[in-house]
Amino acid sequence: MREVEYNDIVEAVKNMIMTTATNLPEDTLEYLETAYKEEKSEVSKKVIAQLLENAKIARDEKRPLCQDTGLAVFFVRVGADVRVVGGLLKDAINEGTEKGYTDAYLRASTCEPFSRANLKDTVGYNLPAIIHFDIVEGDKIEIEYAAKGGGSENVSRARVFPPAAGKEGIINYVKEVISDAGGNPCPPITVGVGIGGTFEKACISSKHALFRDLGTKNPDPEMAELEEIILEEINKLGIGAMGMGGTKTALGVHIEANPCHIASLPVSVNVQCHSSRHTHITI
Amino acid sequence: MAEYHLNTPLNEEDTRKLKAGDVVYLNGTIYTARDAAHARLVKLLENGEEFPFPIKGSVIYFVGPTPPKPGDPIGSAGPTTSYRMDSYSPTMLKHGSRGMIGKGGRSQEVKDACKEYGGIYFGATGGAGALLGKQIKSAKVIAYPELGPEAVRELTVEEFPVVVVNDTYGNDLYQLGREQFEVKD
Repeated sequence: MREVEYNDIVEAVKNMIMTTATNLPEDTLEYLETAYKEEKSEVSKKVIAQLLENAKIARDEKRPLCQDTGLAVFFVRVGADVRVVGGLLKDAINEGTEKGYTDAYLRASTCEPFSRANLKDTVGYNLPAIIHFDIVEGDKIEIEYAAKGGGSENVSRARVFPPAAGKEGIINYVKEVISDAGGNPCPPITVGVGIGGTFEKACISSKHALFRDLGTKNPDPEMAELEEIILEEINKLGIGAMGMGGTKTALGVHIEANPCHIASLPVSVNVQCHSSRHTHITI
Repeated sequence: MAEYHLNTPLNEEDTRKLKAGDVVYLNGTIYTARDAAHARLVKLLENGEEFPFPIKGSVIYFVGPTPPKPGDPIGSAGPTTSYRMDSYSPTMLKHGSRGMIGKGGRSQEVKDACKEYGGIYFGATGGAGALLGKQIKSAKVIAYPELGPEAVRELTVEEFPVVVVNDTYGNDLYQLGREQFEVKD
């Protein structure tokens, strides 16, 4: 059984958070650059130019890309042949999160649901992190991380359809969610769509779909085709960058599908803003 | 689309000349408030209590910045989604506030209040927090420090770039822009 030190995980998570807050990933930058070239609206083009300049300032001066530095969301795949020594993996991820958010001067955005009291002095700085665990083969720990902002989360929705709704029902539903959202989620967006499973499985799948790099396709050709159809439909809505009107409302649509109950067709739509801060490491 | 460089506080002459789509660079003092601060500020206005800043002609920026790095006045500071302030903004405008900076669409009540009281809803680029933060030259918490990032701050801005989304004539840039680029099957 391979052993990994608790403190090594804390350090790795801290570094991941600090880097991600100021460096827009390559895939997102590349897609924004293409969107700038292809956008037909002058106003939207100006907005995308500002986003590219913002990304440069953030990287060069180590400033957070956005003041909403998000809740820290992790998908963690733990090999069956590795164990953490010196503490719990979950605690190490939380400790790394707190250190990263504090040391990089990021915003503490976790609060109580009703009193809205910030949790930085009680639970911890921007804690707790949202962590999804899975056990896999091997002796590695793979950690995927994204800083998830509130504006795009607020427009996300889920619904369990009857099976008869089919592909058509899903296409219309995603369009409806994005149309209602307008400029609120900071387009150009990435759209994560979870299909099938149970109610919560669809939601988690739609979140995980956002961790995929832009330009990657669902391995199932039927789903890959559906991704393209939905993307085309969304870009017909005319919402444009920051809702100013334009042809580039979404940069990509990512589907994750699962087998589901014979009675139901769950679908979840999770939206990611243009500041798609995600990364992954293997320990 | 015209371009203006305006000083705060804004007077009605300034705001009545602006049209949806105009680009404006703001200079001077503006104030920050998000949901939690708005709830308290509106209560002060309704009860006729002392207000923490001069409301006449004021511009309110919907923002919760990141903490400043040592030596900086403020961290990253882009706009938050504005609809959460929809229930409060008409009262602010009624009492003389004349500008709001945020992102995303507003309610009909807010658009109507802009017409009636000569107010403007400006859009700033969401997610351009590093770029916008650099146009803020000083920042001071003036009320509700316990709200952390949501405290009310007095900011000095230079050439702060915004776009007129809702003008005093009922125009809405989001609606106009979308109509222009929507593809109907």
